[in-house]
Amino acid sequence: MAGLFQRMSLIFRAKADKTLDKYEDPRQTLDYSYQRQLELLQKVRRGVADVATSRKRIELQANGLSTQADKLTQQAQKALEVGREDLAREALTRRSGLQQQLTDLQAQHAQLQGEEEKLVRASQRLQAKVDAFRTKKETIKATYSAAEAQSRIGEAFSGISEEMGDVGLAVQRAEDKTLQLQARAGAIDELLASGALDDASGTSKDDITLELEQLASTSDVEDELSRMKASIGQGPSGGTQAIGGGQAPAIESQPTQQAPARARSLEDVERDLQGQPAPYEQQPSQPNAGDLR
Amino acid sequence: MIVRILGEGQWEVPEDAVASLNTLDDRVEQAVSQGDQAQLTLALSELLDEVRSVGTPVPDDQLADSDLILPDVDSSLSEVEGLLADSSEGLIPG
Repeated sequence: MAGLFQRMSLIFRAKADKTLDKYEDPRQTLDYSYQRQLELLQKVRRGVADVATSRKRIELQANGLSTQADKLTQQAQKALEVGREDLAREALTRRSGLQQQLTDLQAQHAQLQGEEEKLVRASQRLQAKVDAFRTKKETIKATYSAAEAQSRIGEAFSGISEEMGDVGLAVQRAEDKTLQLQARAGAIDELLASGALDDASGTSKDDITLELEQLASTSDVEDELSRMKASIGQGPSGGTQAIGGGQAPAIESQPTQQAPARARSLEDVERDLQGQPAPYEQQPSQPNAGDLR
Repeated sequence: MIVRILGEGQWEVPEDAVASLNTLDDRVEQAVSQGDQAQLTLALSELLDEVRSVGTPVPDDQLADSDLILPDVDSSLSEVEGLLADSSEGLIPG
C-alpha cells in the first residue's frame, strides 16, 4: 500500500542508517544514541512545562475577560435602571467585543490542552522506549560478537530513532503553537495594560462606571434634597404654631417657590467640587471616549 | 505489519486487514496529489480510525520499526510535503 507513506517510513530508517554508518564500532552508536535519547526526554519535559505555562496564562486572561464581561452586563443593567439606554448600549457593545476575544481564547485553550495531553503521552512513551533501549544496549554490549550483534544494534537503533523522530516532531509542533499563542497572549496583555479593556482588578474606573456613579450621586443629591425639603416643610409649620398664625401663609409658600432654584445650585456646587462640567452636557461624546479596539 | 501514527504511537495491524486500509489510503494519496486540504483531513481521519480499530497498540517498551508511517489527523498538506521533502536535518536525533 501507500507509496507515499512507505516513503515516509523509509526516510526515518535512512536517517537512522546514516547515523549508524558514522561509527566504526556500533557500540559507540549505542552510547551516543542513549545520550541523545536522554536529551530528547529532557526536551519533551521542558516542552510539557512550556505548554502548561501558556495554558495557565490563557486561563488567567480568560478569567479576566469574563469578569470584565460580567461587569459590563451589570453596568448595562444599572444604566437601564436609571433610564440611560445610550450608556447601556455602549456597555453591551463593549461586552460583545470582549465576548469575541473570550471565544477565541477558549478555542486556543482547548487546542493547547490537546497539545499538552499529546506531549505528556509522548513523553511517557519515550521514557518506556528509552528504558527498553538501555536494557537492550547493555545486553548487546555484553554479548557483542560481530555480525549478530550488528543486526541487533540496527534493530534497536532504528526502532528508537523512529520514536525519537516522531516525538521530536511533536515537540516541534507544540513549540510552534505555543509561540503563536504567546504572541497573542502578549497582545491581549498589552491591551489590558493600555486600559482599553480596563483592568479586571477594578483599580481603575472606566468611563461608564464614572458616569453611572455620577448619576447615582446626582440622584443621592435629589433624595437628600427632597428629604431636606420635607423636613423644612415640617419645621416651619411647627414654628408657625409657636410664633403665631399671621405669618404662616408667607413662610409656607416660600419653600415651594425656592426649592427648584436651590436644587440647581446644589448640583452646581457638586460639579464644581468634582471639577467637571455638567454631566448631561458631556453625554454625547462620552460613549466614544474609551475605544475598545 | 506495524503502522505508526505520528504523535500517537504504533499499532500492529493484521495482514488481512491491510486490504481494507488500501481503499482509504488511495483517497489520502489522491488528496495530497491534488493539494486538497479538506479532503486530506477527511481521508486521514477515516484511515486513522480504521487503523486504531483493526490494530492493537504496540507496547511502549517494545522497540520496533514501522512498515508504514501515517501523519496525524490535523496534518496540513505542507507538513506532509515537508516530511517527504526530507530536508529538515535533526528531525531524527541520533
